[in-house]
Amino acid sequence: MTKHTLSVLVENKPGVLARITALFSRRGFNIDSLAVGTTEHPDISRITIVVAVEDLPLEQVTKQLNKLVNVLKIVELDPSHSVQRELLLVKVRADHDTRSQIVEIVQLFRAKTVDVSPDAVTIEATGGGDKLSAMLRMLEPFGIKELVQSGVVAIGRGARSITDRSLRPVERSA
Amino acid sequence: MTEQVTGAQALIRSLEAAGVDTVFGIPGGAILPAYDPLLDSTKVRHILVRHEQGAGHAAEGYAQATGRVGVCMATSGPGATNLVTPIADAHMDSVPIVAITGQVPSGAIGTDAFQEADICGITMPITKHNFLVTDPAEIASTIAAAFHVASTGRPGPVLVDISKDALQATTEFVWTGTPELPGYRPVTRPHAKQIREAARLLSEAKQPVLYVGGGVLKAHASAELRVLAELTGAPVVTTLMARGAFPDSHPQHLGMPGMHGTVAAVTALQRADLIVSLGARFDDRVTGRLDTFAPNATIVHADIDPAEISKNRTADVPIVGDAREVIADLVVAVQAEHEGGRKGDYSAWWTALNDWRDRYPLGYDVPEDGTLSPQLVIERLSAISGPDTIFAAGVGQHQMWAAHFIKHEKPYTWLNSGGAGTMGYSVPAAMGAKVGMPETTVWAIDGDGCFQMTNQELVTCALNNIPIKVAIINNGSLGMVRQWQTLFYNQRYSNTDLHSKHIPDFVKLADAMGCVGLRCERPEDLDATIKQAMEINDRPVVVDFVVHQDAMVWPMVAAGTSNDEILAARDQRPDFGDGEE
Repeated sequence: MTKHTLSVLVENKPGVLARITALFSRRGFNIDSLAVGTTEHPDISRITIVVAVEDLPLEQVTKQLNKLVNVLKIVELDPSHSVQRELLLVKVRADHDTRSQIVEIVQLFRAKTVDVSPDAVTIEATGGGDKLSAMLRMLEPFGIKELVQSGVVAIGRGARSITDRSLRPVERSA
Repeated sequence: MTEQVTGAQALIRSLEAAGVDTVFGIPGGAILPAYDPLLDSTKVRHILVRHEQGAGHAAEGYAQATGRVGVCMATSGPGATNLVTPIADAHMDSVPIVAITGQVPSGAIGTDAFQEADICGITMPITKHNFLVTDPAEIASTIAAAFHVASTGRPGPVLVDISKDALQATTEFVWTGTPELPGYRPVTRPHAKQIREAARLLSEAKQPVLYVGGGVLKAHASAELRVLAELTGAPVVTTLMARGAFPDSHPQHLGMPGMHGTVAAVTALQRADLIVSLGARFDDRVTGRLDTFAPNATIVHADIDPAEISKNRTADVPIVGDAREVIADLVVAVQAEHEGGRKGDYSAWWTALNDWRDRYPLGYDVPEDGTLSPQLVIERLSAISGPDTIFAAGVGQHQMWAAHFIKHEKPYTWLNSGGAGTMGYSVPAAMGAKVGMPETTVWAIDGDGCFQMTNQELVTCALNNIPIKVAIINNGSLGMVRQWQTLFYNQRYSNTDLHSKHIPDFVKLADAMGCVGLRCERPEDLDATIKQAMEINDRPVVVDFVVHQDAMVWPMVAAGTSNDEILAARDQRPDFGDGEE
C-alpha cells in the first residue's frame, strides 16, 4: 500500500477531530500519523493525516471526509512537491564516555541537544521520516530511554496557498 | 427583528419560522423548558407519542409522504438514545428529519449527570450532521442550519442537542434564514460533458437498463423519469426505495431488482451492456455478489452524493448532480442524439426481456388447506384501497410481498425501511404519514413480529385522531428468518416461532388501545373484511390477517451468491436458453 499525505482544512470547532478520526475507523482505514494545529486564519484548523491505502479506497475516504460539514477542503500533498516534517524528542542514555559520540551524531543530523543530565541527553530533531529513523538507528546502541514523536506536518512548495479560497463558496460551472 | 426571549421560545419560534407544522415527541427533564412555549404555539402541533422510537419513525413517515422535513423531540439520556434507531434508519434511507434533544445543563456535561448521554457522540456516525448548542444566541441559527442540511443535497437526519441552561437563558431572537456553512456545498448541476457521454452511450447500447433508486423520489423527478424512459425506450427497474417512482403498469417497467427482485429485472441488469443508475447506490441487496454483477455493463452512475459514485461498482461515466436536473439534461441530450440520427435499437433486447417477463412472472401458490395466502391479502388490499393509498411496510417477508404485489403507480405512496431494515418501522411511520397527509388512506402492512415492537403508537393514533389502518400479516413467526432456516438451516426453526396466532390476541389488543380490531382467516372473507376496514375513518383499524405459515418470498438470490443464481421459485432455476455456454 502507498502512503498518502492529506491536508484537511476544517472549521475550528469542538469535536471536529473526533468526527474525522471516527470516520477513518468506521470506514476501515488506519491512520499512520496525525497532526492538528491552528493556521493563519483563527477559524480554521489544519489536520495533516498520513494514511496507507491504495488509490481507489483513498478516493472513497476523501469523498467521505468531504461530506463532513465541518471539513472545508482536502488536498493531497505529493511528497515531491511538498515539504514534510516530523518532530522527534529522544532521551538517550549517556555517560562520561559516550556523551561526546552522541553529540557528534546530533551534529551530523543537524539535530539539537535540548537537555543534559549526568546519565542522559535529550535530543530534538526535525525532518522527514527517513532522516529521523536513520538518526535513531545511530543512537540505538547507546540505549534509548524514552522517545516521543509528532505526526507529519506538510506544506506545498511554491507560492500558492491551500487556505486562500477555502472559505469562499466554490462556483461550479456546467 | 430582535426581541428578548428565552432560549426555549427561540427554539419554538425557529421551528415555526422553518415551516414546521408537526413535532412528534415526549417531554422530560432536560427538554422541559422547550415544552412550555410549545403549549402556546398555534402553528406547531405536538403529538405526544408513547416511545421516542415512535417519534423518530413518525418523523420519517411524515417526511417520506410529504417531502417536507420531519421533526421529533426527546429529552436527554434515554429519551435521546431511544431515537438512535430511527435516526440510523433515516441515515441509511436518506430521509430528511431533524431530531431535537434536551441535554443536561452545560456545567454538568461530562460529569455523568442524571439522564446524561453524549448523544452527539453516539449519533455521529448515523447523522448527516449534528450540533450541540450551549449558547442560547445560537439556537435560531442552528435550527436554520439543521433544516438546511437535512433537506438539501443528499437528505438525511440532523440532530440538535440543546443544553437545559441554554433553553432557560434569555437571548435575542433573530431569524436570518439559511446560514453560512462554508464546508457544505452540495453540487446539484450535472456536468454537461458527462451528460452528453451518457446520451451517446444510450444511442450505442443494445441492452440498456435504467436503474432507478430512491434519489429519483427525493429529487421529485418521477415525471422527468417517465419522459426519459419513453424517449429512449429503455427498460426501467425500480429499487425497493424507488417503488412508485415509475408506474408498475408501464410496459417498460420490469419491476424491482435485487435479492427478491423479479426474474426480468434481475436478469436485465445482469445481462445489460449499459446501466444508467439514477439515484441508486449499487447496494449489496441489489448487486448480489459484487464481482459477478452485470459483468458486461458500462456504468453511468448519477448521484447527488459523490461518495456513492464508484463506492461499490466503478463508474465509467460518473455524474454528480440532483436526479431531476440529471434526468432533465439527459432528456435534452438524448433528443439531440435522435436529431443527429442516432437512436438506440433495443428491439432484440425487448424480445428477450418480454420472454423472461412472460415466462417468470411474479406468482405464488395458493395454500391447499384453504388458509389465507399472504400475497393474496396484499394484492386485495392494493386493489380495494386504490393507487392513491399510502402503504408503510415493516421489514421481512410481508415487506417483500408488499413491494411486489401492491400496484405501485404513484410516487410517495410506498414507505419502508430499506437500508437499515428496521423491524417496527411501519406503525409509527404510517402514523407520521397520516398526520402529513390527513386526507389520504394510510395502511401499515406489518408482520406479527414487527407489530409487537412498536404497536404502542396505536394509542397515540387513537387519542390524536390519526385513523391509520394496520394489516398484520400474521404467520405466527419471524417469517423471513424462518424462510432462511427452511432453506439454509435444515428446517431447524430456532427461536422464530412467535406463537402470535394465539398470544397476544391482536383484536383485543387493538380494542384495548382504542382501535377497531378485526380478524380474517379465510379467503372468502377477505374482500369483505378489507372493505369493512376501509369504511372506518373515525378510529384506527387493526386487521389480523391470519395467513399460511410456510409461504415464502420468491424469486430469491441467496445471500453472497451471484445474481446469475436467481431462483424463480424453490428449486426452480429460470431457463435462459443458454445452458450450452
